[in-house]
This record gives sequence, C-alpha cells and structure tokens, in this order.
Amino acid sequence: MIRIEPRQAPSRLMTLGIPVLSAVIALALATIPLAFAGASIGQAYVEMFKGVFGSVFAFTEMLTRATPLIFTGLAAALAFRARLWNIGAEGQLYLGAMAAVAVGSGAFDLPAIFLIPVIVILGCAAGAVGMVVPTVLKSRFGADEVVTTLLLNFIILIFLQMMLEGALKDPMGLGWPQSPPILDQGMLPPLMDRMRVHSGLIIALVVAVIAQFMLVRSVWGFKLRAVGENAAAAGHAGIGVNRSLMSVAIVSGALAGMAGVSEVAGLKGYLTADISPGFGYTGIVVAMLAGLSPIGVVISAMFIASVFVGADSMSRAMGVSSYLADLVVSISLLCVLIGGFSARYRITRINRQREQSA
Amino acid sequence: MLALLGENGAGKTTLMNMLFGHYMPDAGNVEVVDQQGQLVPLALGHPQAALAAGIGMVHQHFTLAENLNALDNIVLGSESLRLFKRNRSGARRKIEGIMEHTGLNVQLDVPVGRLSVGERQRVEILKALYRDVRILVLDEPTAVLTPQEADTLFEKIGAMTREGLSVIFISHKLREVLAFSQRIAVLRHGVKVGEIATKDADERAIARMMVGADTPKIPREDMAAGDDVLQLKDVSIVGRAKRDSITHLDLSVRRHEIVGVAGVSGNGQSALAALISGLVAPTSGTVAIDDAPVSMFAPQNMVQQGIGRIPEDRHHNGIVGDMSVAENMVIERLGDPQIQSRGLLKQDAITANAQRLASEYDVRGPGVHARARLLSGGNIQKMILARVFEQDPKLILANQPTRGLDMGAAAEVARRLLEARARGAGVVLISDDLDEILSLADRIFVIHDGQLVAAESRDREEIGLMMAGQVA
Repeated sequence: MIRIEPRQAPSRLMTLGIPVLSAVIALALATIPLAFAGASIGQAYVEMFKGVFGSVFAFTEMLTRATPLIFTGLAAALAFRARLWNIGAEGQLYLGAMAAVAVGSGAFDLPAIFLIPVIVILGCAAGAVGMVVPTVLKSRFGADEVVTTLLLNFIILIFLQMMLEGALKDPMGLGWPQSPPILDQGMLPPLMDRMRVHSGLIIALVVAVIAQFMLVRSVWGFKLRAVGENAAAAGHAGIGVNRSLMSVAIVSGALAGMAGVSEVAGLKGYLTADISPGFGYTGIVVAMLAGLSPIGVVISAMFIASVFVGADSMSRAMGVSSYLADLVVSISLLCVLIGGFSARYRITRINRQREQSA
Repeated sequence: MLALLGENGAGKTTLMNMLFGHYMPDAGNVEVVDQQGQLVPLALGHPQAALAAGIGMVHQHFTLAENLNALDNIVLGSESLRLFKRNRSGARRKIEGIMEHTGLNVQLDVPVGRLSVGERQRVEILKALYRDVRILVLDEPTAVLTPQEADTLFEKIGAMTREGLSVIFISHKLREVLAFSQRIAVLRHGVKVGEIATKDADERAIARMMVGADTPKIPREDMAAGDDVLQLKDVSIVGRAKRDSITHLDLSVRRHEIVGVAGVSGNGQSALAALISGLVAPTSGTVAIDDAPVSMFAPQNMVQQGIGRIPEDRHHNGIVGDMSVAENMVIERLGDPQIQSRGLLKQDAITANAQRLASEYDVRGPGVHARARLLSGGNIQKMILARVFEQDPKLILANQPTRGLDMGAAAEVARRLLEARARGAGVVLISDDLDEILSLADRIFVIHDGQLVAAESRDREEIGLMMAGQVA
C-alpha cells in the first residue's frame, strides 16, 4: 500500500532544489529524442554547452534572449501570486512594442534622455491597458481572465497586422509589413561593442530586484499575497481585493509591455509581427519554473534562454532539429510541476500485516 | 445505542470512517457480526464491503445530490449499472414501507435541494435503512437541528434500536447523549479513555473523561450595561438566498453587555454577521455606531470604527493559511504606522508584535514565522482573538466563536469575551450552541427566517421553540 499525504512545510532545500533537479532531469530525458535523431548524445550536449558558454558572443546572445523572458516571467509571476491568471503577456508585449514604435519612430524628435523614458513609459502603459481591460471584466462581471487574456492575444496580433499594413507601415519598407525604425536616440544603448546585448537587460535585472523587494517587504506585496492565497480572508480583513487585483494587473501588463519595448527599442529597431517567438507564453513557464519568485525568474529565464540558444547552435552543428529546445523547455515544466507536487506531498509506504483469520 | 464522545480532534470521525471504509487503518482489524451471528473480519478500505456487512453511515456533512429527488438519492448507488430498466416503483414501495414503519417521513418527489435540513437528514438515514443496514453510524446528527427536531429524531431512532438496529452516534451535546444512549464511549487524542453505561453517567463525569479534568466553570459577574454602542434600526438585507437575508431587524448593543443571538444556522445569521463585519450594506434601514450613522460598509471602515470581528469560518475568512502567523496577526492593521511606514512593512515590529501576542494569548505552534495553516483549530482561533482583542474594540462580533473547538479552547474564548465585556465592550454573540448563549449572554435574541425576536425567558424549551419558529 502506498499513501499520499501532505508535508507539513516544504524545506528550504526542497524549494530551491526541486527546480534545479527538474531542469537536470529534463535535460536527461531529452537524450531519448536525441538518440532517436541519431545524434551522439555527449557531443550534442557539448555543442549545446558551447553554444551558451563557448564564447563571449554566445553568452551575450543567451543574455539577449533572456531579457524579454525576464520581463514576461515577472509579469506572470506577480500576477499569478495574486491568483490573477494573466495568459495574455504575448498580446501585452505587442501592445508595448506598438506603442514604442508609434512614439519612437519620429513622432517626437527629442534627445535620448527624454525620448527613451517616453518610449518606455508609453510602452508600459500600453501593456498595462491590455491587462486592465480583462481585470475590469473580471471584477465587474466575473469574466474568467484566463479566457479573456488568452483570446485578447489573438485580437491584438490581428490588430498589429492591420497596423503594420496601415498606420504603422514603414513607407520606406519596400512593401514589407514592418514599422518605421525607432530613431537612433530612442534606442536602448547596447552594453558591449559589436554584441547585441542591450541595456534592457539591466532594466530587467533592476526590475526583478525591486519586484522581489516589494513582494516581500511592502504593504502592496503583502496585500497581493494575501489576496492570492485567500481572497475571502483578505477581503474580510479589510484589504480591497479588487483594488489589489487592479494594481497587480497594471504592473503585470506593464512588465509584459516592457518586454515588447525592450525587443523593438533594444534589439530589432523596428516592429514586425514576428518579433516574439512566444515570449509571452514562455514567460509563464519561466515563472512556474521559478516558483513565482521574482529573483528566481531571472535564473529560470537564463536557463530557458540557454536551452533555446544552446539548442540552436547544437542543431546547426549536428543537424538536429532545433525544436529540441521546445521539447526540453516543455519537459522541464512538467518536471517542475511533478516536483512541486512532491514538495507538497510525500508518498509513504505503509506496511500492514493482514492477519488472515477464518 | 452507543454514543461516541470526545473533544474535537479526538478521532471520533476518523474511527467511524475506518469502520465505513473511507480510511485505511495502519494496523488492526474490524470484525462484524454476519447474518448467522458469527463475527467475521471486515474487508478494510472498501465502503461497498462495509455496506454489504450491514454498516451504514450518515456523514456530518450531507452527501446528497441536490438536483435529484429524495427517492433517487435514496436508491442512488444501490442499483446495478448494467440493467436498462429501473425498478422505481419497487423502490418506492420499499421506502414507503420504511417510512411508515419508522415514522421518518420525507417528500420523495421533491428535489433534495428544496428540502429543509431536517428532511435532508432523514433522507440520509433512509438511504442507509434502504440498504438494510444493521449498524447505523450517525456523525453529529443534530448539529443542524433544533432541540425539538433532535429529540424527535432520537425517539424514532430509539424505537428502531429496540427492533434490533445498532446505532453509533457522535455528538458534542452531552444532554442528548445522556438522554438517548445506552452506552457511552469516550475518545481522547485517538485513544479510548473510557466506557460507561449511560445510566451510571452524569455530565460532569463525562466531561472529566473527555478533557481529563473537571471543566472550569466560567465565573460571570453581573454588570450594569452602559450606553448603546451599536444600533440597528429597521435593517433589511435582501440576499441571494433566504439564508443571506434579514428583514426589518432592530437591535441595540450596549457597552458592558453580551447580546446572544440564538438560532438554527441558515436563518439569517450570516447576513447579520456580514452587515456588522462591513461585508454587505443594508438594503434598507440604518446602522449607527456610538450614535453616528454608518455610511460606508467596508471591512476596513468597521475595523477603524473599533469593531472586532471573529468570523464564523475561521479557515475561510479568518486567516490566510499560507502566510505566516505574524503576518496574519497584522492583516487588519496594514495602515497602522507601527506596522508600516511609507508603504514598507516594519518586519521587526511585526515579528515582535506576533511574539508578544503569541505568548499573551497562548498561541501554540511551530512559531510566528510558520504558515498559519499549520496551527490547530484552537490555536488559529486564539490567534484571531489576539488580533481582535489587541485593538481594544468597543464592539465585538463573535460568530460561532467556539464551533469546532475543544473545551479548553472554548473556555478561553468565553473568558476573553467576558473580559472584553468587563472592559466596556459590547459583544454580539451569534451561536447555534444554546448552552453557550445561556451561559454567556446578558440578553438573548432568537433569529428565525431572517427575523430577530427577543427571548422573554431563559428557558431552553421556550427558546428552542422560538428557534423552530413556532412562537412569534
């Protein structure tokens, strides 16, 4: 007989160890499809490792990839802490990116010191609007935000395509559906010569530290956690549940919008409908892998970015499909979910002697 | 009829769930008498085996499908899934036979959701009897019944035992245990500590067995009531359901006074509590605190006005289980400059506050930084008491403050309420435990069907009738 029983309190070692162990197990499990693809497993992982840590360029590429994931990961982590299920970071990212190119590509000809803040603030505001709307629908009419935020992604994406063929279309773009470029003085400065990594990463790291601090140390974070863990008790204690949800919605949407700002104003320079290979959705995985901890988001975003970048270079070197990266990320998430369960419950064997009496 | 007694957490329900196959014992056996009168071992962990052996259980929380009628609920699970045709008329005949024989009558064709609590209880019992049980387990069968309903139920069950049915019932109410059982078994901390024939037992002896010592008698001094602290004038709340509504309710609570509101749960107590807690606004009528009318009905406002609230469901409304004990102790005073400055929490002050309150109010557990859900029910309640009384409230709403607590913790709650009364607070005590109200309240009201009526006497018979709505 086995029995599943809740643990009293998950130990610190477990809360830290389980995500790491999950990542290791995911990499181990990924050897199975690798073997099927006929690749040498040892060499594959060497290539993957080299693809991330093999050169300064490789490492900065990983950081470049991690930057939007930190923003979307934080967006998910904070919202999920309040049990506000923001699945719409992908759409909010594009709202932020659209706002960034709308104001940054020549609407205002300001020096960098003014233009960059304007782009950042308007980009965040646009992202926030994308989350405020579903939250109002939730608190007013009880509309499930999982559904509304998810479906808004598609609406925003189609809206984006319309804008790229219309108001935001670059007249010099040779007919491609892309926006005009952001002015040079509107671009987030790069961090290193001839590398793509940009100061969006610094903003992401600072924001993660602030988010961690606010979550644990501020009244705002206290309310957010209380609302997330038990909204009924929080309401009874006098915490304005809807106000708390609204404030976290604004922050979450703004962070996702910032991911879009960082991508267009830090990396690409102009907006197309494919700047995000699902950063918004991957942000959910990042947040879950991090156990919804803001600092953890930084680490898990770097892990996932490593898997993607490493798998890219591995696939180039060995001719294995780079979809392997998606596989590793998905397996990691499953491992974390299973690991999270085993942190909260233990499985015990019970030995009982059944006397077989007549 | 065997009565199973014990404090909360003594293991009564656990034991019965093992008997019925819901829980798997780690060791030991259960033996049941079969049709031939032979003791045979029961296959453990299988409710079907328990039913086959003639054991039926009526759970404390009903297990009925509210959208089905009583007939379907009774036969549910006893029919073969492989047959195409149901034998409803046969089932109906059998149930009607049982009803006639036992006097447990219910309307068979009405959806169970529309039946009263007492009727639902009878449906549960009929469900067991329909399966020809020989041993009937009743887990707190009278928790939701008026005293009169409870007595009638026990009389009918008593008649059945004289025809050979064996009954095990779990109860907290010593009165019914003494009045109706033949034997009493007492559990304490998962161990059977005593067994006694009812004719040899009295309340004090049983209580001594349950807690291991004499129950402390609560000293309650007489006190002159002061000025009105809370006035409700012609207050109505139209809720979603009848149980969430009150109609034309007048109530005043004075300083140095405990006002008891008795009643069977589901008669508007939750609406009254929600009003005083600030969770709902009245549909009509006025509420005044210290003669100043209340215009903003929000929990935060009520806390600021000096109202301490002890919620009915402490796990659901009282605490945030995954936050620490220390955090739960300050959750109502996040605006307090002692707790925060400029939006940042004062961690040291929060910890110090929690440590002081934990020792003053004897909150035991793994420490103030442990998650609140790790505390036992009694300690959670003590934590809530600490949070409430520390603010020196002028009015305290205590909604079912001792429900589910063992005697020691319940006595502590009573002592704190009396202390607050002595200090000059007014107390609204809502409880479905009439004995608690009789022992604590200065004035007693009865709530029935959303209406509040003052009890003229302290006679439990008369109050019981009022709880059933039989006296206007």
